[in-house]
Amino acid sequence: MTETILSVRNLRVEFPTRRGLLVGLDDVSFDIRAGEVLGVVGESGAGKSMTGAAIMQQIAKPGRIAGGEIRLKGDRIDNLSPKAMERVRGRHIGMVFQDPLTSLNPLMTVGEHLVETIRIHTDLSREAARKRAIELLDEVGIPDPQSRMLRYPHEFSGGQRQRVVIALALCAEPALVIADEPTTALDVSIQAQIIALIRRLCDDRGTAFMLITHDMGMIAETADRVAVLYAGRVAEVGTVKDVVTQPKHPYTQGLMAAIPTLEADVDRLRQIPGSMPGLSAIPSGCAFRPRCDFRTDICSTSRPPLSGDAAHVAACHLIQKEMAI
Amino acid sequence: MTPFSDPSKTSKFPRLAALWESDLGYDFRQSRLVMIATVIFFLLILAALLAPWIAPMNPYDPASLDIMNSSLPPAWYQDGFAAFPFGTDDQGRDMLSATLYGLRTSIIISILGVALASVIGITLGVIAGYFGGIIDTIIMRVADVQLSFPAILVALLIDGIVHTIIPSATREDSAAAIIVLAIGASFWVQYARTIRSSTMVEKNKDYVSAARLFALPSTTIMVRHIIPNVMGPVLVILTINFGLAIITEATLSYLGVGLPPMQPSLGTLIRIGQEYLFSGQWWIVAVPSVALGVLVLTINLLGDWLRDVLNPKLR
Amino acid sequence: MLSLIIRRLIQSFLVMLAVTLIAFIMFRFAGDPVNQMVGVETTQSERQTLREDLGLDQPTIVQFGHYIGRVMRLDFGMSFQFRRPVMDLLAERLPATLELAFVATLLSLSAGIVLGVYCALKPRGILSSLLQSVSLVGVSLPTFLIGILLIYVFSVSLGWLPSFGRNGLVPVTAHWSTGLLTSDGWKSLILPAVTLGLFQMTLIMRLVRSEMLEVLRADFIRFAVARGLPKSRIYFRHALRNTLIPVITVVGLQIGSIIAFSVITETVFQWPGVGLLFLQSVQTADVPIMSTYLLLIAFLFVMINLAVDLIYNAVDPRLKQKNRT
Repeated sequence: MTETILSVRNLRVEFPTRRGLLVGLDDVSFDIRAGEVLGVVGESGAGKSMTGAAIMQQIAKPGRIAGGEIRLKGDRIDNLSPKAMERVRGRHIGMVFQDPLTSLNPLMTVGEHLVETIRIHTDLSREAARKRAIELLDEVGIPDPQSRMLRYPHEFSGGQRQRVVIALALCAEPALVIADEPTTALDVSIQAQIIALIRRLCDDRGTAFMLITHDMGMIAETADRVAVLYAGRVAEVGTVKDVVTQPKHPYTQGLMAAIPTLEADVDRLRQIPGSMPGLSAIPSGCAFRPRCDFRTDICSTSRPPLSGDAAHVAACHLIQKEMAI
Repeated sequence: MTPFSDPSKTSKFPRLAALWESDLGYDFRQSRLVMIATVIFFLLILAALLAPWIAPMNPYDPASLDIMNSSLPPAWYQDGFAAFPFGTDDQGRDMLSATLYGLRTSIIISILGVALASVIGITLGVIAGYFGGIIDTIIMRVADVQLSFPAILVALLIDGIVHTIIPSATREDSAAAIIVLAIGASFWVQYARTIRSSTMVEKNKDYVSAARLFALPSTTIMVRHIIPNVMGPVLVILTINFGLAIITEATLSYLGVGLPPMQPSLGTLIRIGQEYLFSGQWWIVAVPSVALGVLVLTINLLGDWLRDVLNPKLR
Repeated sequence: MLSLIIRRLIQSFLVMLAVTLIAFIMFRFAGDPVNQMVGVETTQSERQTLREDLGLDQPTIVQFGHYIGRVMRLDFGMSFQFRRPVMDLLAERLPATLELAFVATLLSLSAGIVLGVYCALKPRGILSSLLQSVSLVGVSLPTFLIGILLIYVFSVSLGWLPSFGRNGLVPVTAHWSTGLLTSDGWKSLILPAVTLGLFQMTLIMRLVRSEMLEVLRADFIRFAVARGLPKSRIYFRHALRNTLIPVITVVGLQIGSIIAFSVITETVFQWPGVGLLFLQSVQTADVPIMSTYLLLIAFLFVMINLAVDLIYNAVDPRLKQKNRT
C-alpha cells in the first residue's frame, strides 16, 4: 500500500465580508498517495484553486481556514505558523501556477531564480547550485541550458517559461506538486507536452501530483483519480475510469453527457440547465438541487454526505437510497 | 444567509439612500476623519463667502481702525479682549476679521483661477482632439513642455512677464486679475489632455458623423455635441486642482508677487505676519496660517479619500 | 541603445532651442531694455546710440542669432537692478542653491524610501497610520507654511537653530564657498533643507508604499512565496528592486522640482541662492535675470530628464532588449 502523501479532511474555508459570511470550501475531503495523479476538476468558482491555496496557506485575505485538517505525510500543516509554513513550501510541496510569464520576476534571469530556490532549500554552494540548475533545465527540456540560464523570462517562449516554472517547483524534490491550471495560458499544441512532462517527472521521482483544471479531457488522459468539486463542496471522488464511465453524481453525469463524441449524431449538445450558484446564494440541502433531474424532497432539507464504496464516493441522497434497497 | 434589502425601494429619498448604502457611502461612514473633514471644509467655504457679514469688523476700512487697539494678544491672554478673539496686528486690525476676509479672497481667486484653467483647457483640448493634425501637435507639444515644469514656476514667470508689461502704477489694482490669469495659464494642461483624448474617442462616434452630414459648422458640433459628452473627468480634475490653486495663490502672495497688503489673501497675511514672529506677536502669523493649513488639509483629505475609493484596483 | 541616445539628444536640443527662443522674446520685448538701463535725463539720441550699440535695431532673426551666440559664451546680459553681469550673479548664488538642493534630496530619498518600505510591509500598524497622516500633512501644506512652522519651533521657541541666512562658509575654490564643512554651516542648512525636502520625502514615501504594495500583489511574489523563499528575501531582493524602478523616474524628475521650489524655501529663510535672486527679479521686473533663470531651469530639467530616461532604459532588462534591436 503506497504511502498517503496528502490527506485533506473536512476542510472549510470562510470569507468574512461586510455583507455576511461566505463559505468558499465546505467539508472537502480527499487523499493523494505517492506517485499518484489526482485531478481536481470543476467550473470557475467551484473552489479548486482555493483548495490548492488552502493547502499552501496562501488564501487571499480576508479568507481563512475555518475547520478541518490537512496532513502532509501524517503531519498537520494547516495549523502551522507562517514561519513554519515557509519551510514546508517549496521544500515539501511544490506549486505551479497558471501564467508562467507573471510567475517569474522580470528583473531576474532564469538562472538566478533557480540558484536562489536551490540554495534556500539545500546546502549546496553557489557553484554546485548552478550545476544543479543546469541539470534541471536540461531535465525539463530547455535546450542549451548553460547559456539559457543567463536569459531573462521575457526572452523565453510561453511553453519554455512553464518548463522553467516546473523546474523551480521540483528543484527541492518535494513530495507533492500542486499544479493550478498549468496549461490554460499556453497554446493547445504545447499543452500536451507540458502535462506529459509533469507526469513523467512525477513518475520518475514518485512525487504525488495534484492537477487542478477545468479540462475534463486532460484529467481523463493524465490523472489516476479525480475529485469533482461543485460550489465549494466535493461532488464525487473516484478513479478516473470509474468516474468517467460510471459517474454516480448527477452533476458528473451531466458533465459526461455534455462531452461531444464523434460517433453520435446529435443536433444539439446536451447541457445542464442553469448555472453553478455564487458563494452568496448556495441553496439549502444539496447545492446541485435546483439543476438536478432527480431531486426529491430530502434534497432540499438535508445536505447529502459522501457515500458509496471505498474507492468511489459521491455526495448524493440517491446513492444511499440505492444502497438501502 | 441574511437577505439583502434594497434601500432604494424603502426610503423616502431613494437616490440619497442608495448612495448612503452603497460601497462609496459605506466607506465614507467608516471614516470618521473624512466625514469631519468634509464638514469643516464646507464650514470654511461658508465662512469665507459670508465674511463681509459675519466678521466682527472690516479690517480694511481705515475708519474702523483704532491705533489704540494695536498688537493686542488673543482673548485668552491677560492683556487680550473678548472683542478681538485672536488678537490684532500692529495697525489695530482684528486677526479674526482679517483672516476671514483673507480666506474669502483666497477661495474666490482660486475658484476663478481654476475656472479659467478649465475653460482654456477644455477649449484647447476639444480643438486639439477634434481637428487633429498640426493643430493637435502644436497644442500638445506646448502642453508637454509646460507640464515638465512645476506650476508654481510657470505662475511666477507669467506673473513676472505681465508685470513688465503693465506699468507699476496699476499693479496693485490688477493684482487679483493677474493671479487668476497666472493660475489659469498654469493649470490648463491637465484639462486639455483629458478632454483631448475623450474628444478623439467621441469624434469617431456616429452622432458626430451625423452632425457633419447635416453640414453643421465645426464650432456647433464641438460645443453642443462633443463637450457635454466629455465633461465627466473634468470634475475630478477640478477638485484636485482647487487645492493646488489655493496653495499656488497663497505661495505667490507669500512671495510678494501676489495680492497686496491692502487686499490680502491668506498668503499675504502670512508674509506680513512672519516679520512679527520674533517679536513675540505670534498670533499675527498663526491665525491665517492655521486657517490656510486647515483649508488645504481638508481639501486634500477629501480628494485623497475620493481617489482611493474610486480606484478599482484597491477594492 | 545608441540610436536611443541620439534620438533623445536631438529632442533635448529642440526643447532647449524652443526655450531659448522664449527667453529671447522675453529678454528683448518685455519692456524696453534701453529705457530700463538709463536714467530719465538721457536724451533720445543717446538712447538711439545705445540701441545701435546693443544691436537692437537689427532684424529679429539676427538678434536671436546673436542671443544664441551670447548664451553659448555664457553671456547673459546685465541685470537691470544690480547693474552687474547676470552670469556673475548666478555664479555667486548657485553654490548655495546646489548645496541646499543636494542635502534636501539626500534627506528626502533616504527617509522616504525607508519609511515607504516600512509602511508597505506593515500597512495596518500604528506607526504606518501615523506616517500616513503625517505624510498627508506634508503633501498638503504649502512649503512656506512648513518653513514658518519649523522656524517657530526650532528658532523662536527652542532657539536651537538660526532662522535665516547661510552661515559657516569655507571657501573651497575661487568661486565656491561651502557651508558643509562647519557645524555652523550645517545648523543654518538643516531647517531649509528639511523644508525643501519634506514635500519630496512624503511624495517618495507614498510612492514607494503604493508601488511596493502593488508589487507585493504580483503573481511572481505569490510564486516566490510558493517556492518557500523567506519573507525577508522576498521583500528586499524581489519586491524592493521591482519597486525602485518606477521610483527612479519620479525621483529623478523631482530633483528638478527641488531646484525650482528652492525659490520658496530661499525666501522663507533668506537663503542667498538663485531662487531668491529669481524672485527679486520678478518683483523688480529685472528681465535679464528672469529669462536667464528660465534658461537655467529648462537646461537642468532637460538634462535630468535625459539622464533619467537613459538610466531607466539601461536598468530594466525588458527595455534594454527592445533597444538592442
